[in-house]
Amino acid sequence: MKFLLIEDNRDLASAIISRMRLDGHVIDHAEKLSDAAAFVETGEYDLILLDIMLPDGDGRDFLQQHRASDLDTPVIVLTARSQVSDRIGSLDLGADDYVTKPFDHAELEARCRAVLRRKSGNSKTTVEIGGVVFDPVAGHLTVGGEAVTMRNRELRLLELFLNAPGQIFPKTKLADRLFSYDEDVSENAIEVYIARLRKHLSASNLRIITLRGLGYRLDRDE
Amino acid sequence: MLTLIGGAAVLALLLFFTVRNYAVQVAQQGQDSILEASAKSMLDAATIRDGVVELDLPYSAFSILSTAADDRVFYAILQDGNFLSGYEDLTFSDSQTFQSDYIRGSGVRKISASRTLIGANRRTELQIVVAQTKDALSETLDRISRNTALLGIGFFVLAVALSFWATSTTIGQLGKLTTSVTRRGPQDLSPFAKPVPREMVPLVSSLNSLMGRLDQSLSQSEDFIAEAAHRVRTPLATVRSYAEATLQRVDKEENREAMRSMVKAIDESSRAAGQLLDHAMITFRADHLERDEIDLVDLVTDLVQRMTPIAEMKDLSLKVLGVPRAPYSGDPVLIQNAVRNLIDNAMKYGPAESSIEITVSANPRPRITVCDHGSGFPSSEIGTLTTRFQRGANAKDTIGSGLGLTIAQDVAMAHGGGIELENQPEGGACVTLSF
Repeated sequence: MKFLLIEDNRDLASAIISRMRLDGHVIDHAEKLSDAAAFVETGEYDLILLDIMLPDGDGRDFLQQHRASDLDTPVIVLTARSQVSDRIGSLDLGADDYVTKPFDHAELEARCRAVLRRKSGNSKTTVEIGGVVFDPVAGHLTVGGEAVTMRNRELRLLELFLNAPGQIFPKTKLADRLFSYDEDVSENAIEVYIARLRKHLSASNLRIITLRGLGYRLDRDE
Repeated sequence: MLTLIGGAAVLALLLFFTVRNYAVQVAQQGQDSILEASAKSMLDAATIRDGVVELDLPYSAFSILSTAADDRVFYAILQDGNFLSGYEDLTFSDSQTFQSDYIRGSGVRKISASRTLIGANRRTELQIVVAQTKDALSETLDRISRNTALLGIGFFVLAVALSFWATSTTIGQLGKLTTSVTRRGPQDLSPFAKPVPREMVPLVSSLNSLMGRLDQSLSQSEDFIAEAAHRVRTPLATVRSYAEATLQRVDKEENREAMRSMVKAIDESSRAAGQLLDHAMITFRADHLERDEIDLVDLVTDLVQRMTPIAEMKDLSLKVLGVPRAPYSGDPVLIQNAVRNLIDNAMKYGPAESSIEITVSANPRPRITVCDHGSGFPSSEIGTLTTRFQRGANAKDTIGSGLGLTIAQDVAMAHGGGIELENQPEGGACVTLSF
């Protein structure tokens, strides 16, 4: 995925960027509306994260201009205040969703996913590997020509493996990515999700290998 | 009002007596001077001839005493204290010039005048007493009294009318102002624009300036709450993102455990700060409850739509059940906050891959019920969980401030309702907000 972040608070921006890169996304950062316009002209983005209060103008003006052009890149607005009128204003101007600052990364991720899935009809994000066709945005998995229904966590687990084939993931790392920190997660829970994923992939060439004491790895049968 | 009428009555009486008294004096003086003239003219007619007093009473002496009321006239002539002629009962006791007396049952005014006559070889003292009944005088006095009384009554009526008019224009305006202050909604702090009498302009303008200051301080406190929440949570969110990113790069398990505790602690303080300020905001708004016409089903549907992405991350599904429409007049911001807290709780305690049901009912009163399929409330604590900072015994490992249910309860109570906690027979907790 390729994101454009328009945000003038550097701390917040770099925190968002490092977290997004961790998930395997590419992210460009603009601190001003003029920079943002240049970025939008030259690059194609899957999603724009837009702050409202910017040094050289109001993010809502940018949003309006963006909607007037023929680009239909989805936009998530980052609002500072939890004022209801603010939110409604930005949704009216064509934002696809909003998050109220400060936000948990999990919430931002969840909203990005939801918006991208809604808009997935016109984007091509599928990955074809080892006999499976996977669309992480829409959440579709096709194994041997048959569609498989997956839950959100199974989907995110598969995404993790597909983003880094051959990498070993310890159980605790997987748990940290799949569960929020306030959930009491047993190692058993991870095993349950691994087992389900193996079942989904059984008809394909993809295998999840258990490396005793180390974790799991996605391999591809030749 | 009563003071004004009483004052008018006293003034009217005072006017009546003053005018009447003055009239009595004037009338009396008139009669007295006529009596005096009459007596003098009688004395003037007296002469001494051959040592004998001769008195031919002149006609004019009586004619000037004639009145419309046919007053009777008495006279007595005395020479050196001895009665000569006239009406014997008429006496004059002392040296006073004029006296009032009663003769044959009617009141008279009498005068005594004397003259020393000097003859060839003697001098003699001639005294004349003239009296006249007071019928004409009392008739005049009656007429004057009647007119004065009419004047007094007229004055009284006018004064009462004036006081009514003054009351309705000034005190009445004050009353109108009082009513419009009383009738104002709790949120209405706009200045008074209706025209008032000039005397009341300073009062109204100082009221308006008080309203202005109040409005400012109220909106400042609302802004302050939002600003404080923002200021506290923004750096926490930044720290959290860094900690999370670091956690993904650290491999050593003990370091990871430390980072995990750190993220957990940050979450806890961020959430607590948010909820404390939410709670402050709710207390503030509940005190100044602003009711809008809303549909609870729309409100819940919006909220559920908004929370669905977060629920999906935990493989939870949110379902809205119940009636298709539930119109209600309440504060949408407060109600949404309360329901969000309940759904947050349900998402925390509901097991993965379960559903959370939000049921809206309209009759007999609007209610919103949020149910999860977790382990339910500990039955021994069900009554104490809505207390501030009180958390269930089974919530030790879950992040929370213990304010969620308190907030929901405060919101329900601000709308005249309440909160009800129960466990479902097949497991899971249900919280019902009624309005």
